[in-house]
This record gives sequence, C-alpha cells and structure tokens, in this order.
Amino acid sequence: MKILYFAWLRAKVGHAEETVSLPGDVTTLYQLITWLKKRGPAYEEIFTDLDVVRVAIDQEHITDDTSLEGVSEVAFFPPVTGG
Amino acid sequence: MVIVQAEKFDTGAEIERITRDRTDIGAVVSFTGLVRDFNDGANVQSLTLEHYPGMTERELEKIEASARAKWDLQDSLIIHRFGKMELAEPIVLVITASKHRHDAFEAAAYLMDWLKTKAPFWKLEADAEGNSDWVKERTSDQDALKRWQD
Repeated sequence: MKILYFAWLRAKVGHAEETVSLPGDVTTLYQLITWLKKRGPAYEEIFTDLDVVRVAIDQEHITDDTSLEGVSEVAFFPPVTGG
Repeated sequence: MVIVQAEKFDTGAEIERITRDRTDIGAVVSFTGLVRDFNDGANVQSLTLEHYPGMTERELEKIEASARAKWDLQDSLIIHRFGKMELAEPIVLVITASKHRHDAFEAAAYLMDWLKTKAPFWKLEADAEGNSDWVKERTSDQDALKRWQD
C-alpha cells in the first residue's frame, strides 16, 4: 500500500511517499494510524493531533474510520488552503 | 474544463477563448485569485503551492460537475496553478458563462467556495528573510460553504 504525505506532514516525516506492507491485524484507517505512529518520533508527532490531519483514501476525502480492504493509496495532509 | 498547471495564465485571453463566436452566452463571470503581500500580519514575498496530482484534478472536476448540475451554464473553466509564484501573479481562475447573469454569478461563487475547502492544495508563504510558513485553514472558508448547504 502506498502512503502519501503533503505539506507540513511531508516536511516533518521527511518524505512524500512510501510503500508499506501492513501486518494482518491492521485492516482499518485508525489501525493504520496507530501502526504508523510506532514507526518513529516524526510519525508520532504528525499524528498527535488528529484534528489537524485530513485523510484521502484512493484520492477521495474520508472523515471516519473505514476498512482498508482493496485500498492502494492513503494520503495524509493538513486542511487544504488553495484558491 | 479543469486545468492544473505551473504556468501563468491570462484571464482576459481565457474569457475571450470561451466567448469567441458564441451567440448563446449572455453573461460571463470570472474570478482571479492573486498572490498578495500580506497574510496573518506577516510580509509575504513569494508563495509556493503544493498539490496532490491526480486527486486535485478529480476534486476540481467533481466540483465543476456539481456546479453545472445546479445552474444553467453554457461553459465553465477552472485553472489552478501549483509551484512557486511571485507577488501579484495569478493563482486561480474560475470562469462561468450562462444565458443570464444569475447563473454565472452564483456558479462562480459556488465553485470558489468549494474549491477552497476541497481541492488538495497547500500554500507555503515565504518572507524576505527566507522564513516560510504553511498557511492555516480559515474558518471563514468553512462558513462560506453553509450558504450552499440547504
């Protein structure tokens, strides 16, 4: 599964994307976040306040926990500020 | 039409392109967003826009389709830039063309309000000293959406 980071989340974690193989017990978005937080202090930091993190799964905005079955891309980013 | 590009655009030329030889368009409205030199009290020297290639186009196309379902538009165009921009350069363009002014006015405002809160772009502002900051979300942008939610 491909994980993407944008804006300050990308800057803090140090890369824009990575490919991960999830353990069998990580099957939902919230489980993925909990699992990613264990990957190091930078991950712990970007997911400390989830109120300021937005998520897209396969390029669709997601606001609640959801299954990752069949998902190929998960993106984490701050609230958007274009326009 | 939706265009996401690094290059500058010319609002006048785009309006001309949309309306040329069209006899069914009675009203054309455009909104151009520009790089300004202030934000949250800080002096801004340049702006860099990061985006999510692929999702950006999808979101803009969804927003455009939803506007065209809501109002009677003869044509519409969204251009949004990414990358580094200097002061006074254009960032975003929305053009709506309709038979009568009401649809064009409303649809242009709707497109901008939705684009501001859904299209995956992030602004990084830099000042003259080389400090840079990610622009924060505005609650006024969220509030603007309420107008369209019946």
